[in-house]
Amino acid sequence: MHEYLLYIFLPYMAVTILFVVSIYRFVKDRFSYSSLSSQFLESDELFYGSVPWHIGIIGALTGHLIGFLFPAQVLWFNSVPVRLYILEITGLVFGLMALVGIVSLVWRRLNTPKIWAVTSIMDLVVLFLLLAQIFLGVYTALFYRWGSSWYAASAVPYLRSLFTFQPDLATIAPLPIVVKLHIVGAFLILLVFPFSRLVHMFSIPISYLWRPFQIVKWNWDRKTIRGQYTRGNTEIAKNAK
Amino acid sequence: MDVRLQTSMVFHLDKCIGCHTCSIACKNIWTDRKGAEYMWWNNVETKPGTGYPTAWEDQSKYKGGWEENGGNPSLKMGSKNSRLLNIFHNPDLPKLDDYYEPWTYEYEKLFDAPEGSDQPTARPISMITGKHMEVEAGPNWDDDLSGSPVYAANDPNLDSLTEEQRQELFDIERLVFFYLPRICNHCLNPSCVAACPSGAIYKRGEDGIVLINQDKCRAWRMCVTACPYKKTFYNWSTGKSEKCILCFPRLETGQAPACFHSCVGRIRYLGGLLYDADKLPSSVQVPDGQLVDAHRDIILDPKDPKVREAARKNGIDDRTLEAVERSPVYKYVMEWKLALPLHPEFRTLPMLFYVPPMLPVMAKATEGVYDTANDELFSPIEKARLPIEYMASLFSAGNVDHVTLSLKKQYAVRLFKRLETVGDVDEKVVQFAMNECNMTAEEAETIYRLTSLPTMDERVVIPPMHREEALQMLNDNMWEEKGSAGLGKRQLPVRGN
Repeated sequence: MHEYLLYIFLPYMAVTILFVVSIYRFVKDRFSYSSLSSQFLESDELFYGSVPWHIGIIGALTGHLIGFLFPAQVLWFNSVPVRLYILEITGLVFGLMALVGIVSLVWRRLNTPKIWAVTSIMDLVVLFLLLAQIFLGVYTALFYRWGSSWYAASAVPYLRSLFTFQPDLATIAPLPIVVKLHIVGAFLILLVFPFSRLVHMFSIPISYLWRPFQIVKWNWDRKTIRGQYTRGNTEIAKNAK
Repeated sequence: MDVRLQTSMVFHLDKCIGCHTCSIACKNIWTDRKGAEYMWWNNVETKPGTGYPTAWEDQSKYKGGWEENGGNPSLKMGSKNSRLLNIFHNPDLPKLDDYYEPWTYEYEKLFDAPEGSDQPTARPISMITGKHMEVEAGPNWDDDLSGSPVYAANDPNLDSLTEEQRQELFDIERLVFFYLPRICNHCLNPSCVAACPSGAIYKRGEDGIVLINQDKCRAWRMCVTACPYKKTFYNWSTGKSEKCILCFPRLETGQAPACFHSCVGRIRYLGGLLYDADKLPSSVQVPDGQLVDAHRDIILDPKDPKVREAARKNGIDDRTLEAVERSPVYKYVMEWKLALPLHPEFRTLPMLFYVPPMLPVMAKATEGVYDTANDELFSPIEKARLPIEYMASLFSAGNVDHVTLSLKKQYAVRLFKRLETVGDVDEKVVQFAMNECNMTAEEAETIYRLTSLPTMDERVVIPPMHREEALQMLNDNMWEEKGSAGLGKRQLPVRGN
């Protein structure tokens, strides 16, 4: 029963809420649709947290995505041991970067009074979830070796079965508890995503690269000659003089 | 010719008494909020001095403004690509300590303290953490202390002086300072707009006011770095950047901005300027020494029939043109060439101009005696206690000619009026001073009148904004809008997460 809840009900609920609430929040409360930057209050420690964290997590998530999209190719790539080692080490490096980053971010947030002043409960929930998730991920990479291969063979079929609405728990049933917690953690993060500062992922300003430097906005129609609506008033004003 | 209107300003520094009334008027209306306590959209600095935030003019530290790269201007903070690569941590973001940590006092302790042998005290507490703090800096920490080797010595503009000139400046008998009030310059080539990854900052086409869309701002904080005047601020509580809005709600209803309205010295002038947007790109690509000329070159004469025709084609109303004709800013900047932009070398084309101060007109120390009875009555510009190079570093990117002309004209006006009202100066001296800057008696009189005796209506000539027409232009059925008045947000600007 708990398997049904955790591996089928939770993911569908999390993704549904993710989409519905993200869109609702964008429409209704666009003001809050970003991360609350605290660099202004504390900058130096943030550098050692934010930069490794973001590079690490982007690298790690990209690895998960590639494995999900191309499991067969990943397995083929890993068939040569040297290539397997390279992939595993790359993944581990990203994971460790994310771990170092999130640990220093947590430490910074808890130990800097000014940062504590701008910390919400949701920030703490997100930090705890991410910290646990990264710890579980790195633990898995270290102690359940060749994850890049068995991920493609066990977790990916389960994830794909979710996408095709034919959930199949068979391939993940034998996985160790650490990995199962990692899977549940991922869905919990998706669940809190739209309620937290994580929505800043949806506002990556990529269009900045091709927009012109200057932005001018007209509150009136430039094609329409001003004054034509009020020309009568101008006449009145002149007569009044 | 693409004629546009810019609401522009002139601050007459010779009239500024440094009372900070403008700052307080602005603070009380706009930045008396959580997260904005440390912001001073309007502030008054003592010069020489480091200002607010500390040493803001030093772009080797703050990386604000534009750089001229052989005809290809780029942001000093780096290319678009490099900005996005630094998005996880902006290495050039000014920190709270570059401004100051806002504080208040535990006033209630003065009443609540139990009876004892000591006087109760109100200790300072941080307005960010709510904890006790040591006050180490404030918004105007070096007020009136300028010329001192402690603070003023760090003024970046002093680099333009020789070692000897600098030493002289710090002699206690020669201490000298003037005030520099600053607000957002509402630039024609704003680097804050150019740096915003979200595209949240924009210039209003019809009046040139630069604003930040609070719903689009995503807290990337690039504008704070990009503005060389450090007039965009990061609200640490709402996670949005904020800046001077030139009191547009007041302007739209025909009232002067709060800082203009409250100015005790009546140093502030506001009026429209017409400019040619087609000429913008080329005007920021000239060498430093020519920047002031290039800046004046894009400003158009509102009396020129061709300009008026082009303005009408761009939808500028006749009554707006009428107001621009009466613009005091046009007189100071274009006709009299008295007013100059602040740090034009940042290449943002600031539209707030300053009349450089003629200080101090009298008095010098001779053999330790402070002598106010100068034989020349008003000491000539050449003998100015604050070297002309210093003024040129502030107001004309190092070009001494512009500052000299402006000061000589003010000097001539002063002599002219002295002759007329008191009559104790030699007529030949006055004539010589006026000839030197090609000034007629008529011009001297008008400069005098607009400088010394202007009414509120002469100082502040607001071009009509016609917001009511804008509504009609953008909505086919304006009756739908009737009765649905109301401004602003439906939600408080407060973030939960």
